[in-house]
Amino acid sequence: MTKKEIFVVSAFKDNSVWRQILGICSTLAVTNLMLNSLIMGLGVIFALALSTFTISLIREYTPRSVRMMAQTLIIGAYVIIVDILLKAWLPDVSKQLGPYVGLIITNCILMGRAEAFAAQNKPLDSMIDGIGAGVGYTLVLLVISFIRELLGFGTLFGVRVMGEGWINWSIMVMAPSAFFILALMIWAINTYYYKEAK
Amino acid sequence: MGITPFVLFWAAIFTSNILLTNFLGMCSYLSVSKEVESSAGLGIAVTFVLTVTAGLNWMVNEYILVPLKIEYLQFIVFIIVIAAFVQLLELIIERYVPALYYSLGIFLPLITVNCAIFGVSLFLVIRNYGFLQSIAFGAGSGLGWLLAILMLAGIRHRLKEKLVPAGLRGASISLIITGIMALAFIGFSGIQAVQ
Repeated sequence: MTKKEIFVVSAFKDNSVWRQILGICSTLAVTNLMLNSLIMGLGVIFALALSTFTISLIREYTPRSVRMMAQTLIIGAYVIIVDILLKAWLPDVSKQLGPYVGLIITNCILMGRAEAFAAQNKPLDSMIDGIGAGVGYTLVLLVISFIRELLGFGTLFGVRVMGEGWINWSIMVMAPSAFFILALMIWAINTYYYKEAK
Repeated sequence: MGITPFVLFWAAIFTSNILLTNFLGMCSYLSVSKEVESSAGLGIAVTFVLTVTAGLNWMVNEYILVPLKIEYLQFIVFIIVIAAFVQLLELIIERYVPALYYSLGIFLPLITVNCAIFGVSLFLVIRNYGFLQSIAFGAGSGLGWLLAILMLAGIRHRLKEKLVPAGLRGASISLIITGIMALAFIGFSGIQAVQ
């Protein structure tokens, strides 16, 4: 596979969220505002790209028995960097994201890419695969948060778009809407893929 | 602060259910909920591990990380504590209660990567809970998770997959069911919210 193919496959064709149903926790939790989603997505891309690169770099020296632990620690180290960066530069966003930044560690997408790709492939390819998976994840976040912020607050990235008479849909601010929107999104994409397969 | 452990316990089950309002532990929730029995097994294991690790991580944070001023290592230390505890539990159960090991054992490795466990540890640091509050919050969150996965497993058991549109089968319909459950749980939120 060329590098471009690796990226496209991991970002769209085998997208972690809608094809493999991974990383749902944070997908749902941070999508009430577009800004939060974007920052979260960038954090995941950063942690994913660097951890897959590192894991792939030391893949031949890691004994199989401690592989999982080593991967978790590497991921953990990068997530701590993300957390510290956010606290320093974007304290407001960091407060709103709360524990979900730390939860990137247990985000199955990171472990999934480490196990499925980085443990067998060259560092640079793994990094591209990681960035691809991160971009795919961020896309899903942005789509869901676009709908939730627009209907729930009448704004996009905090900027008012809906007119004066707009009444906020309070359900979009609450938890259930995230479940519904993600479900409908997976439904739509599945249907599209089914058609293409036939 | 200021919420009694008793209130916190009930609130964690109903008004701020870890799964239905905080979306934690979704991965294993979606994949294991096909059968009621295995859901119950995993739920019980999660509840137990959550209660103990909430207490352990509270102590680690309070007596080791804070005095040494290395709170930034929280993420890694918490994960290690959880992984080590699960591993230890697996060994003990296998050695002394083999029957339980065969019914529950397969779920134990799944628990380390269950974000509900890690999430609860992070929540209790962020919200400044005391020791008893942490244990109550951990136990309540675990039971809330057990309740949610049992409900979904029960509904999925009765669901006739054939009547569901092809693209909606599997994860998507589970998400919609969960959404409706979450809506129903909002009804509890007038009682006491945890912040």
